Amino acid sequence: MVKILITLIPLFPLFGFLFLGAGFRSLPRRIVSVTGPGTILASFLLTLILFFDFQRNGIPQIHLIFNWLTVGPLVIGFEFLTDPLSLLMMLVVTGVGFLIHWYSVGYMKDDPGYNRFFAYMNLFVFFMLLLVMGANYLIMFIGWEGVGLCSYLLIGFWFRNQDYNNAAKKAFIMNRIGDLGFLLGMFLLFTTFGSLNFREIFEKATPMEAGEPVMVAITLLLFIGAVGKSAQIPLYTWLPDAMAGPTPVSALIHAATMVTAGVYMVARSNILYVLSPVTQIVMGSVALATAIFAASIALFQNDIKKILAYSTISQLGYMFAALSVGAFTGAMFHLTTHAFFKALLFLGAGSVIHALGGEHNIRKMGGLRKKMPATWWTFLIATLAISGIPPLSGFFSKDEILIHALDHSAWMWFILFIGALMTAFYMFRLLWLTFFGAFRGTDDQHHHLHESPGVMTVPLILLAFLTAVGGFMNIPGIFGGNSLLAQFLAPVFAGSKYHPMPVTRISHTTEWMIIGITLAAVIAVIAWSYHHFVKREKGFLPDQAHRNFLVNLISQKYYVDELYELIIVKPLLWLSTILHRIIEVGFIDRIINSFGNLVVRTGNTLRYIQTGNVGFYMFIMILGIILMLFLNILI
Amino acid sequence: MTAIPIDYYLIFCSILFCTGVIGVLIKRNALVILMSIELMINSINLLLAAFAAYTNDPAGQIFVFFIMVVAAAEVAIGLAIIVLIYRTTHSIDIHVLNKLKW
Repeated sequence: MVKILITLIPLFPLFGFLFLGAGFRSLPRRIVSVTGPGTILASFLLTLILFFDFQRNGIPQIHLIFNWLTVGPLVIGFEFLTDPLSLLMMLVVTGVGFLIHWYSVGYMKDDPGYNRFFAYMNLFVFFMLLLVMGANYLIMFIGWEGVGLCSYLLIGFWFRNQDYNNAAKKAFIMNRIGDLGFLLGMFLLFTTFGSLNFREIFEKATPMEAGEPVMVAITLLLFIGAVGKSAQIPLYTWLPDAMAGPTPVSALIHAATMVTAGVYMVARSNILYVLSPVTQIVMGSVALATAIFAASIALFQNDIKKILAYSTISQLGYMFAALSVGAFTGAMFHLTTHAFFKALLFLGAGSVIHALGGEHNIRKMGGLRKKMPATWWTFLIATLAISGIPPLSGFFSKDEILIHALDHSAWMWFILFIGALMTAFYMFRLLWLTFFGAFRGTDDQHHHLHESPGVMTVPLILLAFLTAVGGFMNIPGIFGGNSLLAQFLAPVFAGSKYHPMPVTRISHTTEWMIIGITLAAVIAVIAWSYHHFVKREKGFLPDQAHRNFLVNLISQKYYVDELYELIIVKPLLWLSTILHRIIEVGFIDRIINSFGNLVVRTGNTLRYIQTGNVGFYMFIMILGIILMLFLNILI
Repeated sequence: MTAIPIDYYLIFCSILFCTGVIGVLIKRNALVILMSIELMINSINLLLAAFAAYTNDPAGQIFVFFIMVVAAAEVAIGLAIIVLIYRTTHSIDIHVLNKLKW
């Protein structure tokens, strides 16, 4: 029963993809509008059934669907895992995925590639489900690669634009670097443990000593995969460019689900990661750097989607920071709430872009509050949530990460704290510039301003509801809650040696103080940004009005893209030019061409035999026959 | 009555065949070439008949009839081609036919 259920969950989106993909252009829109979101809804409902069934029985199970590979010692089954972690991810993927599909029905209404869009989106959900449901690293890897492919397809969805194609290629290639790390990590896992199955590996790894070189290598390689997929330094530059895709894609793939795959993978391999302190230090450093670096870039961006993209990178940094100190529940909690509020932010931004006919620049927006009340209210809720205002979901999840960071080291807390202030600033800057003040777009846009249709606002409202109440699934003890999510996920993290990680060194008084300080600082930042952007109307000025060196550096994204261009792309191009000129043209081409020339010359010489004289042909023919007969006798 | 030895047939047919071959090679008149080809065919026919008698196997003689039928058809086509060649080039000299040259 459960096995049928768990097989059906990923099959629905797959069939959706095949149906929509095969029907390609001929399907009527009405059918597409029902099938596209419908398959995801079916998966979501089945996942809910599975979830409640699991709540009753509560035993993590591996369901072998069929035996897939048997090569010598390598036996890999196509197997799915039901445990709290994968169930949580499945709920997020199908739940948020469904809302975004629903929203897309309105958002993509006039697009000629309507069917193709839903086909790709369905395929994405299928691969994402494989990724989170797989019970071994190989199934996870299929999903891992599959979501990368869908990401590529959807970033380059409007393929007539060369810039969008380049962005898609960039995302794909950068992910490839990470995937190589993942693949090598997988090979090393197999040579070390003789299996790729989660359960077997974790059972064998549990008694190992911390800090073994092979564990360090495995975890570092897997982490490289996570860095690529989850857009951490140094492989983050693809994510801002990925905003070339349609906005629902940014919401689903580049905010809520795919980019969190790295976090999920590390959380899944928690037993391996706690065995490698070196990796945890590396991961912590990368995460902190990413969190603050991306947040600072977001401060000066003007493209509404780019701000959200950098915000996503920064928030992913928070999750990795939590993972690096062993706060796996904190990371998964933030992943979940982030999926809610960031999807909401992106969909809200999509609604704004839709209303303005494709305008992305927040300096050309303003005053949308009264024109688009549903978008405004939901966007406000999401902004408050990401800034960490209680009792919205972001407050609880971010607070949990901050407390664990403080428990680890004060520096870590401080950096994340600064990051949180930046988050509040750039999010409220976005909010003020978009929804307050006077409208700064063209008259034409002003005339067409409208609230989005119900098919778009209803998912917004539902997501806003989730954003508002999502935090209540894991209320920490300090607020009299009992950390439901932590209890739910506890079996998954029980094997890792840190767990359960008690925050023993921090008393409740300190915790209250930390919360108070953070909250006060965030509110101060919001108030200041209100003063700055709404009262004094700064930031409505043109770009070059007030720029010093630092601001310029940040607003140019620290020239990281240019730096990569200079130190990686240029030398590679240079090398390939050299190889082309010397090896290809000078060597290989000459060999090939000389063979061609030889044939041409031989032909040129031999063609004189073709005299056109029939008698001569016959003579040659008879000569040939005689020769053959002669040889026949001879041999 | 003693039969003619098979060797005589062999020698005679070889001479006939070589005559045909030489005719094909050295003659320029398409009609003569065609006749030379006939000569080659008929030398083979004769040889077949001779061997059929020699081995007491009638199959060879039956083959000869088939070959005659085929040869008749072939001559018909060959003559038709020569007629067409004559119409276009006003000559049946095969050295005129050197258009398919390099």
